[in-house]
Amino acid sequence: MSSSENNAATDEPMHLETDVLVIGSGAAGMYAALEAARAGASVVLAERSLIGRGGATVMAQMTVAAALGEQTPDHWEHHLSDTLVAGRGLCDEGLAALLCEDGPRRLREMDEWKVGWAREDGHIKQAQAPGHDRPRCAYVDFLSTGRAVTLAAKAVVIATGGLTGLYRRNSASSNMVGDGYALALRAGAELIDMEFVQFFPIGHLAPRLVGMDPIMWDPFRYKLGGKLLNAEMREFETDYVSQDSRSDGRYVLTRDLATYAINKEVEAGRGSPAGGAYLSFQHVPEADIRSAFGPVVDRLAANGIDLASRPVEVAPIAHYHMGGIRVDSTLQTRVAGLYACGEAVGGANGANRLSGNAITEAFVFGARAGRNAAQRALQASSHWEPKAARPALDLLRSADRRDAPNLAAVMVELKALMADWVGPFRTADKLRSAAQAIARLKTEIGQSPVSSASQFDTVLADWLDLRNMLLVAHSVTLAALARTESRGAHQREDHPALDENWSVNQFVSLSGGQLHLSRNTPSQQRALP
Amino acid sequence: MKAVLAIQRGSSGEPPRVESFEVSFEAGQSVLDGLRIVRQQADPSLAFRFSCINANACKECMMLIDGEVDYACTVRLKEGVTALAPLPKKALIRDLVTEIAPPDERLQS
Repeated sequence: MSSSENNAATDEPMHLETDVLVIGSGAAGMYAALEAARAGASVVLAERSLIGRGGATVMAQMTVAAALGEQTPDHWEHHLSDTLVAGRGLCDEGLAALLCEDGPRRLREMDEWKVGWAREDGHIKQAQAPGHDRPRCAYVDFLSTGRAVTLAAKAVVIATGGLTGLYRRNSASSNMVGDGYALALRAGAELIDMEFVQFFPIGHLAPRLVGMDPIMWDPFRYKLGGKLLNAEMREFETDYVSQDSRSDGRYVLTRDLATYAINKEVEAGRGSPAGGAYLSFQHVPEADIRSAFGPVVDRLAANGIDLASRPVEVAPIAHYHMGGIRVDSTLQTRVAGLYACGEAVGGANGANRLSGNAITEAFVFGARAGRNAAQRALQASSHWEPKAARPALDLLRSADRRDAPNLAAVMVELKALMADWVGPFRTADKLRSAAQAIARLKTEIGQSPVSSASQFDTVLADWLDLRNMLLVAHSVTLAALARTESRGAHQREDHPALDENWSVNQFVSLSGGQLHLSRNTPSQQRALP
Repeated sequence: MKAVLAIQRGSSGEPPRVESFEVSFEAGQSVLDGLRIVRQQADPSLAFRFSCINANACKECMMLIDGEVDYACTVRLKEGVTALAPLPKKALIRDLVTEIAPPDERLQS
């Protein structure tokens, strides 16, 4: 957003009215906006970046899981069963069932819209990803600071994605830093399962590539069976296989276990030079590499990489957040009229997400949240009062050009401490250090925004981002410190075993400026269709 | 290695000025990496668009690099001076940021 005259501090805000406000324009937000509009509601789609450019969806590489059953007989209940097993006992079964049951409908609808799902023999082609009992993953081959705005909506859908931007190395866009979680907390909603951050095991590490997605290697592992090697150039995945009975024997480990395996090899001094593992395609004939990678081979060559002659280095990278905003089966939070969808929702994936479920979840929950929000909005009248916007406007008006630490550097510091202390392997000591550092950074940035008093005010944007990031980082740290066991993506080195007493979800809420933790057993209620 | 980024700065309506920043870099790093280093080490008010950082998926970091329209995330940093300027045929907002959102996707004021 931008406008020619712009000063959030002095201008009267611009005011808009709508039935449904959707915040975020990735797959979930887009679907929510479409369905709300189809249901007859007026919709405003708001995005902090450019529409459809930010967030995680544009960075997804492949694998959208749905039980289409055309290539191999399948039923959504099988997909659900795999999802629940991957979730290590913590899935909200109602949300997981929605994801699996609605998935095929959404993929087929998008097929009618001419989305280019890869095809074979007249049907959508599906690949087998780790944790799935059969081939189930469709894919697409190859891949302001102007005037303040107040907006009266009868229903709001949060579709802002997850929080992986809190980590030094991550696979989504730089602007996905948990904004929606902070919005939901301040509005009075609860967060769930915040401690479960999924790390993608084979994010690109070295040599430095430009113009390529850090999770690009996954599709080629599916196609060609790339080998993970340690510094001794020995395959090590099988050393860790006994821990997972659902391995398919080829592309062996689910993401939590592969992340564990690579980190353990590095810890044991068997890591690659840049601190990860080697991914090698050297055993694959050059013609097969060309056939699988197509034009990507040339882009790799431009980056100085020849897969036939040498391996690349990969390491775990923050990829997805299983936790998020707590909703019921209508995707509504405990705040009436406030909905969430996509990765911003917590619960469907429990402690570990199955490959391919993220984009399906974005489509399915987006469509449902949009439709439900529209239905609510069309029956509701606006409760708009200008004074409701006062606290936010007062905060913006309090922005000044004071001497402050370089906020872009503070952000780098926060991402580093999250990666080092609240990463895939945690201890009480590391988590306490993180909590202290987060509190210190909160003091450093102060209570009121810093501004550069210019258009496209990057300094003000950084301050507002950091305010959200620190609140969300604190939520993750708090929940991770409390969970004294290891389960799925949450691994405590000081509590290495799964503890049945911890088969519970944790909830985070905000009141009186303080975060509060509570817990309960996972919901097993199926939603009505 | 050292690169010098000579960046055209200023808001619409102001006379443009060029400010130069020296950044240390390693082989393989991009112009976008250099711009992010400038924000972290020298001037956090420097404005440029970026989102996906490295994947060339979002296409937000388009600018004039040594006179050619290109993506900051795919052009490598080089030793010596690299001149950066906003897209010449788009309305300037500030520094390297221009109005690139399609008209239908803007909030009209």
